[in-house]
Amino acid sequence: MTKITEVPSPFCGIGTDDLTIQVDGLSIKVAENGCAVNTPAFEQAITDTAPRVDGKEVSLQHAINRAAKILKAANQPVIGGCATDVNGMRALMALADRNGAVVDNMNFTGAKRNFLAMQDSGWMNTTLAEIKNRCDLFIVFGCDLEAFSPRFYERYLWNKESMFMDDTSAREVIYIGKAPSGDASTSPNKTKAQVLECADTDLPEVTSVLKALIKGNPVFAEQVAGIAIADLQEIADKLKAATYGVVTWAAGALDFSQAELTVQTICELVKDVNASGVRCSGFPLGGKEGDQTANQVCGWQTGYPARMRFSSDIPEYDPFLYDINAMFANGEADAFLWVQSFNSSAVPPHGGKIPTIVVARSGMVFEEEPDIFIPVGTPGIDHSGHAYRLDNVVAIRLKKLRDSGLPSTAEVLTAIEQALVI
Amino acid sequence: MLTKLTGGIVYDPANKVNGKKKDIYIKDGKIVTKPRNVEPDKEYNITGKVVMAGAIDLHTHIGGGKGNIARMLMPENHRIDAVAHTDIKRAGTGHAMPSTFVTGYRYAEMGYTAAFEPAVLPINARQAHMEMGDVPMLDKGGYVMLGSDDYFLRMMTAKKDQQAINDYVAWTLRAAQGVGIKVVNPGGISAFKFNQRQLDLDEKNSHYNVTPRDILKSLATAVKELGIKHPLHVHGSNLGVPGNIQTTLDSIAGVDGLPMHLTHVQFHSYGTEGDFKFSSGAAQIAESINKNKNMSVDVGQIMFGQTITASGDNQRQYANHQFSNPNKWVCMDIECDAGCGLVPFKYRDQNFVNALQWAIGLEIFLLVKDPWRIFLTTDHPNGAPFSSYPHLIRLLMDKSFRNDMLATIHPEAQKMSTLGSIDREYSMQEIAILTRAGAAKITGLVGRGSLGKDSWADITVYTENENREKMFEKPDYVFKDGELVVKDGEVVKTVWGTTHVVRPEYDKSVEKDLKKYFDKYMTMKMGNFAISDDEITEDGRGSITVHPTVGEKV
Repeated sequence: MTKITEVPSPFCGIGTDDLTIQVDGLSIKVAENGCAVNTPAFEQAITDTAPRVDGKEVSLQHAINRAAKILKAANQPVIGGCATDVNGMRALMALADRNGAVVDNMNFTGAKRNFLAMQDSGWMNTTLAEIKNRCDLFIVFGCDLEAFSPRFYERYLWNKESMFMDDTSAREVIYIGKAPSGDASTSPNKTKAQVLECADTDLPEVTSVLKALIKGNPVFAEQVAGIAIADLQEIADKLKAATYGVVTWAAGALDFSQAELTVQTICELVKDVNASGVRCSGFPLGGKEGDQTANQVCGWQTGYPARMRFSSDIPEYDPFLYDINAMFANGEADAFLWVQSFNSSAVPPHGGKIPTIVVARSGMVFEEEPDIFIPVGTPGIDHSGHAYRLDNVVAIRLKKLRDSGLPSTAEVLTAIEQALVI
Repeated sequence: MLTKLTGGIVYDPANKVNGKKKDIYIKDGKIVTKPRNVEPDKEYNITGKVVMAGAIDLHTHIGGGKGNIARMLMPENHRIDAVAHTDIKRAGTGHAMPSTFVTGYRYAEMGYTAAFEPAVLPINARQAHMEMGDVPMLDKGGYVMLGSDDYFLRMMTAKKDQQAINDYVAWTLRAAQGVGIKVVNPGGISAFKFNQRQLDLDEKNSHYNVTPRDILKSLATAVKELGIKHPLHVHGSNLGVPGNIQTTLDSIAGVDGLPMHLTHVQFHSYGTEGDFKFSSGAAQIAESINKNKNMSVDVGQIMFGQTITASGDNQRQYANHQFSNPNKWVCMDIECDAGCGLVPFKYRDQNFVNALQWAIGLEIFLLVKDPWRIFLTTDHPNGAPFSSYPHLIRLLMDKSFRNDMLATIHPEAQKMSTLGSIDREYSMQEIAILTRAGAAKITGLVGRGSLGKDSWADITVYTENENREKMFEKPDYVFKDGELVVKDGEVVKTVWGTTHVVRPEYDKSVEKDLKKYFDKYMTMKMGNFAISDDEITEDGRGSITVHPTVGEKV
């Protein structure tokens, strides 16, 4: 039995790296600092070790050759999931480039709301350590933060010591939209978060009015979506009185039509607070299933985030057209590769009657067996690697914790790419 | 394998060879003297062609988080410059902020064999190295940014002694795998987080009570005492502010003769004369550089057209967002470490300020006398994309072309500039100093930027052409570590360069306080912060080259 400390997690998105892990052969136990997201993700047992073709166990080389054959024969291959570490994503991009494939990260439909806003008008954002040390006012738009990330408050707002605040429990937390599902946002001095509840679909209106109030524009209504204008005015005043206000949202949770405009309103109201002479920053929540990693690597290798294609030999980006689910619905794809190194319950969407290859974490259970399944090791457990945290600045160095013999995603995808040219 | 380049005209200032016909022999990746009684396995007849070492860009934003935000911010700027894959090249995109592969190919296709990322935030260094790990063809390295990080500022406030500062600087340099130390708007990035919207050289950071002058002095001393060959790399205070020439001159005086490199000095050489209250400080800055032998500069020339400015200086970038074109911009506060700001710019020749910026850069190039202390940069992508270097070289080498260009810019800017009266034309040898020998020397590289015996065979061969832009944009051959990688301006083989680092000694006990600081205030463990060598080398392509500190034996 070995005990490994300061283990970073690629699962929770907030880059928790204080886990203590006990390894006994292939079995893993989170001994310290686990949470509802990380503990099961680390402790999940290895079930599959052999690749399968048409449901029958085969050698790795056989599975790789068959995968290459399918991709090579396709007119429009698509690669979905894209949930892996940096080296896995590098290999995925090389394969896609050679194969003329579409690359579509599984969380892009949420992330696109951020990219559309950012690519249209930009934003002013901050990162976790700044929040931990500076933030005195924290506003959450339309997201149940503690369900998203159970240890966020404990690590980044209710930290005992901070460089620039004498008493972190004096931090003020406000929810606009969804109410929190638990008490994580209640401060150590027992102050509960203020909640201005409204439906997600009312957020466009509520955020627009808040923005108008920050700018000092006249608002004649008395309430918006059941929230009194006076209450919103109070929030506008608090933002302008704060030392370092932070406004957060999760693009994935803003699941309504044209939510990118709401993201944009939030980002613009942050700019308005800064223009009024006070510091304030945005903080987009994401970073799960390797989504920041996929966008970062795709970004530096092609200039575009991870919904793009190589079909015409050049990188092309379109946040709507290259949505693989839309492509499946339109019958536009004729081979499908799903890559998911982290989460065995994230099964591929149904691609229709096209050949399907799955390169995924051991233990994935399918309703319909794919043509090819290659189980791979998990970055940060079975091999070392790199993954991005939600704030997109910090890449964490993932550790190898055990020797499972499972190949890495990078090894499998590189082998498929090489088999394409034979 | 022995390779011979026969009959070239060699410009090798590192070895005082100035336009001399000379054969070059390459064996095992390095340049060797003519071996006796051995026939070359491969000979290139380059009679009459110009031979230089591979070019080195000592300041270009090619890797790191802000660059990737710059890429993502401007999809429309990539669409106009899509690059298809070939059998040996990966697909990618240009233009202002190209993808990593295209960056490597385009640099190599202009005869460059090394490029240095000048703004590596320690907390983002891992990303910088991963991005540079995906830049083919080039050697690379980074300057590690300090000076607005809270750990350093706390040390300054606590009046820690210089030795403690030195240990921290060396520890950070090692952890971030850098080759030099950079400071950006000293203390100003931190000040912006405390809502100070500007910070003059002698103005105190409101929380730390420390001035930019204190920071410059402390870091320049650390770099000197640690024996780091590259002088403190300084992006000064008040970037882009009319009248900042005084700040820049005061900064030079403020380091008391310690080695200092002022980067993109064009952006820091503005006066307030004339009807538009914006004028050239080039003559003053050049005079100061000429006089102070401890100083070196790179210019950060601007070129007309669309680009994006990417900087660690979020305080100044926030102020400059009013000029954003197209109107979208990003600012970030980052991890109690630094910040960044991305502001797209469209420099226009009929805009008075832009036109004068263009002239100021060229004036500085032509008025600074010692070519060993000035370097050819556009601060890619901030002044212009690096792909404009051949055009810039023509502006420096060809007076009549330069004056033709001058005649096309905003008329008031023409009147405000002395450019038309400057006769100097750069010689071939001087270009080789700026872009090769001098750049290697000031970055502390051993065995690069030189065509002498035992140097690595990074070699560029050009066909002489009076149109210097045409000449420098398409070399006949480029060799990287002795291998032919570019022929007729096209990549013929993909190779992967090394990562240059420097590792001064430090007292390991520095980690005691750092560990406490990380545990209390940071969001990652100290042990997970430092970048191990295998992170750079494990992909089988990367390697690390450690260069000596001053006085250390090779």
